[in-house]
Amino acid sequence: MSSGILVFCETDGGKLKKTALELLSKAATLGGEVSAVVIGGSVDAAEAGRHGASTVYTVNGDAFGAYSTDAWVKALAAVIEKASPAVVLGGASPIGKDLFPRLGARLGVGSVTEVTELANVGGQVVARRPVYAGKAIATVKVKSSVALFTVRPNSFAVNPTGGGAASVVAVDAGVSASDLKTQVIEVRKSAQATVDLTEADRIVSGGRSLKSAEGYDSVIRPLAAALRATPGASRAAVDAGYAPHSHQVGQTGKVVNPTLYIAVGISGAIQHLAGMRTSKVIVSINKDPEAPIFQHSSYGIVDDLFTICPALQKEFEAVIG
Amino acid sequence: MKVGVLLKQVPASDTIIKINPDKTGIVTAGIKWETNPYDELALEAALQLKDAGKATGVVVLTVGAADADARVRDALSRGATEAIRVDEASVVGSDSLGTARALAAAAKAAGVELILAGKQAIDTDSAAVPAMVAELLGWPQVSVVTGLTVDEGKITAERNAGGGFIEVVSTSVPAVITCDKGLNTPRFANMKGIMAAKKIPIEVKSAADLGLSAGQVGAAGALVEESGLELPPPRPSSKIIQGATPEAKVKELVRLLRDEAKVI
Repeated sequence: MSSGILVFCETDGGKLKKTALELLSKAATLGGEVSAVVIGGSVDAAEAGRHGASTVYTVNGDAFGAYSTDAWVKALAAVIEKASPAVVLGGASPIGKDLFPRLGARLGVGSVTEVTELANVGGQVVARRPVYAGKAIATVKVKSSVALFTVRPNSFAVNPTGGGAASVVAVDAGVSASDLKTQVIEVRKSAQATVDLTEADRIVSGGRSLKSAEGYDSVIRPLAAALRATPGASRAAVDAGYAPHSHQVGQTGKVVNPTLYIAVGISGAIQHLAGMRTSKVIVSINKDPEAPIFQHSSYGIVDDLFTICPALQKEFEAVIG
Repeated sequence: MKVGVLLKQVPASDTIIKINPDKTGIVTAGIKWETNPYDELALEAALQLKDAGKATGVVVLTVGAADADARVRDALSRGATEAIRVDEASVVGSDSLGTARALAAAAKAAGVELILAGKQAIDTDSAAVPAMVAELLGWPQVSVVTGLTVDEGKITAERNAGGGFIEVVSTSVPAVITCDKGLNTPRFANMKGIMAAKKIPIEVKSAADLGLSAGQVGAAGALVEESGLELPPPRPSSKIIQGATPEAKVKELVRLLRDEAKVI
């Protein structure tokens, strides 16, 4: 009988990623035993235990040097067979989104992508997720005995439960090099190495009103730095060459879910909103009082961004330090 | 080698979404429909392979009702050479896995050796069907690809691996590739293409035609069930910060962020 929650945890340099901690924290509130699985990385059993996991399953070996769909699907399927959870959670990261649907098809179970809410309703885990680029929210239930969910980063708070170290169980998934049908032949860091926008907790985004790449660089980047935020941009700013495509927030850019989103000189087109509307607090700075973005903001300042932003940067530096 | 392209008809990206009274779906009356923008990238990549003599044909594979034929006809007008539409009525209520079963069966029937798809459909945003198709066919997958070369059956794909990393992945046909923005700029149909496309029939198949049983597709086979659809909660009216000077407004904003919103 499957029961409990298994959390697929990604790691970075031996530490559990923030999204893993968010999922463990949430799993601890849903009822049932919580276990974690780490594939191809080293395990911080104390940290996993501190966030509610009683067991960490690990799968390691030569086939796990770099992420591959084939090795990861086989490994996670083997751990699911051993742990027999009712629910499997993972971050809606590039890995999670590549892995979970395929895993669902392999196991013949329901898989739901990028949920933003999870709740225990009468003993069943029910999810809510944005659809139509966030213009609507769907409530989703899974009928199979195991349910797979990927979760949008930053949907849940990190809340250590203070538990003791998790016990570590190594699993042999029987994965060998011959299982791998894809090979990573090169990895390179893209030019602007910053916190991944999709996982950022604070974002300062610039729009077309910045007028130039110099305008973007001299206004948005230092303001973001003062707030310890990640810089983002609207499609209009990217298309005009003021910021690289990697910074684009929106329907054809990145979907972000920060606690604080500051939109500077952005009018608020539907496609931009699609990328940031679940932000907990939205601040807009725009000279145009009719800009649609003000309808979707928590706070707004109607004024010239070239006057406001330097002053705001100074104030953040004074208050945040 | 024939290349298959998974194509979906979706509401245009600037559609104002209204929920129907029983909250089971959106109001479709008056909606402007378009081809899923990410699928256009997949179609363009397939057409480029055909132009380079690396694909003998490009097969559009879609699940939809007759009104989706307009999108298929547009893809044929751009240069696709065949099309199979799995009739929506025979798979209505399918979840992603059911849809994937229908498309995988259609792909087998079409005899394709490479499947290109958009990374996600902009209505469901599930990004699930292509990976499921790959699993059902037993083919490797490479997702969210922004660069693609195919040479003598060998595939080299560039993708965003997250965290600012770009990966270059190697695999071979048969395979499923999902396409992300940056891969190419989709072409428009020209008059010559539109005329040529008129002669190409759109094969319409039912789930039964493709050998699928009732439990594999449709509502009966669905393991994921949407039990309600609603609009997002409106934000309380935004507070426009007043102040005599920019400095005063800024001070008030930061005070609110710290003391009221408690985000700094």
